[in-house]
Amino acid sequence: MTALLKVDGISKRFRGLVAVDRLSFEVPQGSIFAVIGPNGAGKTTLFNMIAGVFAPDGGTISFAGERIDGLTPDKVCQRGIGRTYQIVRPFPALSVEDNVIVGALLHRPRVADARIHALDVLRRLDLFGKRAQRASSLTLPDRKRLEVARALATDPKLLLLDEVMAGLRPTETDRIVSILRDLNRDTGLTILLIEHVMRAVMALAGQILVLNHGKPIAQGVPREVVQDRAVIDSYLGAEALS
Amino acid sequence: MSDMWAAIPPRGRIVLAMLLALLLVAPAVLDRYLMSVLILIFYFAFVGQAWNIMMGYAGQLSLGHALYAGLGGYVAALLWFYFGIGPWIGVFAGVAVAAAFGAVIGWLGFRFGIQGVYFALLTIAFAEFTRIAFDNMAFTGGPSGLFLLYDEHRAGEWWNLRGGPMLFYYLGLILAAGGALLTAWLSRSRLGYQWLAVREDQEAALSLGVGAFRAKMIAVLISASMTAIGGVFLAFYNNSLFPSQAFEIGRSIEIILAPVIGGLGTIFGPIIGAFILTPLGETLIALTAKFGLDLPGTKAVFYGLTLMIIITLRPDGVWPWLKRLLGLELKP
Ligand SMILES: Nc1ncnc2c1ncn2[C@@H]1O[C@H](COP(=O)(O)OP(=O)(O)O)[C@@H](O)[C@H]1O
Ligand SMILES: [Mg+2]
Repeated sequence: MTALLKVDGISKRFRGLVAVDRLSFEVPQGSIFAVIGPNGAGKTTLFNMIAGVFAPDGGTISFAGERIDGLTPDKVCQRGIGRTYQIVRPFPALSVEDNVIVGALLHRPRVADARIHALDVLRRLDLFGKRAQRASSLTLPDRKRLEVARALATDPKLLLLDEVMAGLRPTETDRIVSILRDLNRDTGLTILLIEHVMRAVMALAGQILVLNHGKPIAQGVPREVVQDRAVIDSYLGAEALS
Repeated sequence: MSDMWAAIPPRGRIVLAMLLALLLVAPAVLDRYLMSVLILIFYFAFVGQAWNIMMGYAGQLSLGHALYAGLGGYVAALLWFYFGIGPWIGVFAGVAVAAAFGAVIGWLGFRFGIQGVYFALLTIAFAEFTRIAFDNMAFTGGPSGLFLLYDEHRAGEWWNLRGGPMLFYYLGLILAAGGALLTAWLSRSRLGYQWLAVREDQEAALSLGVGAFRAKMIAVLISASMTAIGGVFLAFYNNSLFPSQAFEIGRSIEIILAPVIGGLGTIFGPIIGAFILTPLGETLIALTAKFGLDLPGTKAVFYGLTLMIIITLRPDGVWPWLKRLLGLELKP
């Protein structure tokens, strides 16, 4: 399989702190790829560099064979990368439907077409019944799914999901897991996700990258990674073995 | 267009049609004074709508909108004054100059991430600099003003905006209604959605591929152009222009009051706001003049108080509340 996303030796420093340290990895086309690691490992910073929130201090990012590091977030999205925020940021005063229409308008200049697409996406994400509500009135699980819906409406080739299952109950987690699995299977969407909920990671990911202090400490298929000594010591802890 | 009409609930259509019909026939019964009040209402509804596009929809706070009205008015008036070029042509020149200023302000603000209060300060600074420049230029009449002589021979030249209250009444009505229609159309377009997204959360909007810089620039250009048209209207209605009055911050505040009171980011907010505020202001002027109390600043204090009261009672403005009260909300 060819790589859709190629991260090559990227670094990011915040004053003295090295948040991401010469990191390299490849996400194959059509795969679900997970990034895990303790808080402060640099996962969100990695996403922000891919999504164009800030440029890496060094290294390159290629998407579908073209350099994207240094592009602004709107340009990155226009190339085909959708992202969610760990701390959700819906458009509070807009309805759920209008939130998603904004995303759908990216590749559909006519509002009527965008609305049709937005409603399709909302059906997929189980938010159709809440389409007329103000986004600010949604519960956290609904907001997390709205975040996914909005990004999905931009027709991305790659979807970046930053802890969309954090704070959800197991039944809600399973719901998102099955939605994501269906999306990946039905549309071939490539997904790069940051996640702490290991049951979701194990259920979804074809490959896992483990970060600690901005550096990779392990990478591989889920079964191997969770048995890795360094991963258990630094992140999963002893209870993961039991 | 037809879907805009469809978006109004049946009861709203009746109210709207009745209001329009009433305003169309009103000049038959109104006296000169009431006509002049309505002309001002139309003016403030129109320029309020222009400001609403920038603030209410695109979320960019301008406190220097008098700049665009003043530039539009001065440019058209100067063309008429010196070259006899009529305002129907002059308005294009006025709009071009105002839009150029808007482009510079927008570019400076949006390119360098000057946001919120700092952007507002930038808009004030431009208006103030322009006021000082006009105060010091001879060909604009300087501080003593520019007067458009009202020549009786040309009294019927409506195409040169030489006419009485009737002309300005209907022209004002067309502007107010046209501005509302334009805003309604824009707000339902792709651009309108992009404005709302930028207003709500610019970073999130960017990550959905919204070109925030472009969307904001277009908002400024449309807003400045509309305001300049309003300025031409007012200049030819008043037949006089003074830098101190055209560009001062008080003028800018006057422009923003109607949409703030009526309801930001709504089509009818600026209109309702103008209908509430302008008659109150004019009554106040009439009363204070009668009792010899017309101290400078009286109107400003009065507007400030009105604003405080309404914003305390109805933080979203009058229109969203009135809409619910009249049962004019569209059921989803
Ligand atoms: N914008 C920022 N400015 C300064 N420091 C930051 C910024 N973003 C993240 N950091 C720091 O970088 C490190 C990695 O953070 P982050 O990428 O959010 O980790 P994770 O998502 O893995 O929990 C943390 O120490 C964090 O405090
Ligand atoms: Mg994080």
